[in-house]
Amino acid sequence: MPPSDDRRLQILDATIKRYQYQQDALIEILHKAQDLFGALESDRLLYIARSLKLPPSRVYGVATFYHLFFLTPKGRHQCIVCTGTACYAKDAAALVSVVKQSAQIQVGQTTSDNQLSLSTARCLGVCGIAPVVVFDDVVCGGQTPASVRDRVQEYLTLQRQ
Amino acid sequence: MDLSELLDIATQERRTQKPIQIRCCLAAGCLPCHSLAIKERLETAIATAGLADRVQVCGVGCLRLCSQAPLIRVDRADSPAASILYEQVTLDQVPAIIAALELDPAAPIPDPGAVQRGDLTHPFFAHQRAIVLENTGEIDPERIESYIAAAGYRSLHQALHEMSPTDVVNTITRSGLRGRGGAGYPTGLKWATVAKATADRKFVVCNADEGDPGAFMDRSVMESDPHRVLEGMAIAAYAVRANQGYIYVRAEYALAIHRLQIAIRQAQRLGLLGSQIFDSPFDFRIDLRIGAGAYVCGEETALLASIEGKRGVPSPRPPYPAERGLWGMPTLINNVETLANISPIIRRGADWFASMGTEKSKGTKVFALAGKIRHTGLIEVPMGTTLRQIVEAMGGGTPDGTSAKAVQTGGPSGGCIPASAFDTPVDYESLTRLGSMMGSGGMIVLDQTTNMVDVARYFMEFCQEESCGKCIPCRVGTVQLHQLLTKICEGNAVAADLELLETLCDMVKHTSLCGLGQAAPNPVLSTLNYFRDEYLQLINPDR
Repeated sequence: MPPSDDRRLQILDATIKRYQYQQDALIEILHKAQDLFGALESDRLLYIARSLKLPPSRVYGVATFYHLFFLTPKGRHQCIVCTGTACYAKDAAALVSVVKQSAQIQVGQTTSDNQLSLSTARCLGVCGIAPVVVFDDVVCGGQTPASVRDRVQEYLTLQRQ
Repeated sequence: MDLSELLDIATQERRTQKPIQIRCCLAAGCLPCHSLAIKERLETAIATAGLADRVQVCGVGCLRLCSQAPLIRVDRADSPAASILYEQVTLDQVPAIIAALELDPAAPIPDPGAVQRGDLTHPFFAHQRAIVLENTGEIDPERIESYIAAAGYRSLHQALHEMSPTDVVNTITRSGLRGRGGAGYPTGLKWATVAKATADRKFVVCNADEGDPGAFMDRSVMESDPHRVLEGMAIAAYAVRANQGYIYVRAEYALAIHRLQIAIRQAQRLGLLGSQIFDSPFDFRIDLRIGAGAYVCGEETALLASIEGKRGVPSPRPPYPAERGLWGMPTLINNVETLANISPIIRRGADWFASMGTEKSKGTKVFALAGKIRHTGLIEVPMGTTLRQIVEAMGGGTPDGTSAKAVQTGGPSGGCIPASAFDTPVDYESLTRLGSMMGSGGMIVLDQTTNMVDVARYFMEFCQEESCGKCIPCRVGTVQLHQLLTKICEGNAVAADLELLETLCDMVKHTSLCGLGQAAPNPVLSTLNYFRDEYLQLINPDR
């Protein structure tokens, strides 16, 4: 395979090499690919399958089994509401509803203008500051319906400015 | 590295300790509350005021009382009893904290009310017995020297030079330590089984998946005292004759992963991991393996499949991992907290450990106390402490002062224990007898406003989503149970539905392949047992 100009592909290749093309490093490699490319789309999965000499079905099977892997890109901004037990006890469901209503999307979806994706997580382990919402990789504790609504509005209006 | 070099590092580190230590919690519960910025501002202010020769600001792990984050503790080397805990600290309170050190005789007397102070004599702190957490909140998790100064790696040296592998196994067996991941299997017995197995290679795996919602004990240990886990694994590997270890951490724990990576690198650099540790013939390497979001990977056979790069699907047992685990080789799998107990047991002896706790449940247990409780956070108590002591004395009861309704333990595999049973001592047998289980340590307090049928539905939804799909009882059973529970919650159910619910629970419990399915009905069964009236109220009598 000719060397690629795509820097991301070079980094992915270096990662695969670092793991010595071991098939059991598949999950680590999928993590890296997702970090680099934003999602695990079909060509990426096929590329990894070829590199590790694994059947594509096996790579696809692993990519679709785990919650943290996604096959289509997420929106520009991420909103992850923790729905663990401690957050559930502090009404995380209301926070999910607020995002659904404000952005007009269901859990697991992205707005049509690609601004915001909503997903849930089953316990991030920061129960002391429940209820928790992660906005773009930043963990925010003690969230209320109002604080979440404000943040979502901010994300939705950002592009139009 | 030999013992004298290790002790030199410890002495050197202790010599650099200043008379006053300002400890800032940098664990995952305080970091989102700007604790790092506060620490940095304190450092700048101390340097500017010329106090750096007398005051040291250091980042530490969990200071326990997460509901009052961010937390800072000021300790004085000459008077341990004079420690002050500051709660809910903000950036603009830094000058007040420094003024309260009273190091400048010319400065005005500081206002004691300027920063909220915690009560270190409160039962939340006073009833705790720190064994697993003895370094948490005390040492800097990113400096191996800090761990070594706290007697770190001393036990590993003792095991390698003064004990045979069999001696180590016997010590752990005599201590009575049982698995802290939830099942409570005797640790010494598991070690003995792996030690006896013959194979070309053996492995030690640390289960750091901690998937139970509401549990953050293992996260705290890994973030606050990562070397403790590494040392425990190394001692285990020596005992069972393994040379390769893996720590399987869930991907959601980015900070824990980061701290473990630093710790492994530091240990390797000092020759405390790798080849010929402490100049003995023993080699041991540890690699990290990251999860990808699957609760079922907390189940040991699914975890091993995940390390092998496959779908996290459990396998039937026997054969147990102790005989045939990773790549078919004998594998020892222990939970983070179990491994965190190993170095103190080696250092202080099996009898010391067995002197704590109850007859069948020795030692202490770390709990993550959360939910409708005033004091949310991390506690470590001797086994045998009652639920009432934990919820009312330590936890301070519910925030609005109403009585707690129940306590949920064991996560989605556990059950709800009603307030009427709060005088039950916490130990493996007592909690199982009540229809719950110890579990990994998540303890969620529920109040009078909680709908217990909805709690059952919530956990069933979780199990349904997390089911790997391999066996029909779990794959289909959890879906049907969830639909029935939803039907009940929405007021559309009749008596026959309740009967069906109970029959289905029984079937799923007894025919599922692995612990996820087998325990999925537990929250339903326990709420049916103690809160049946809430179900009956939702059933339609007329249809």
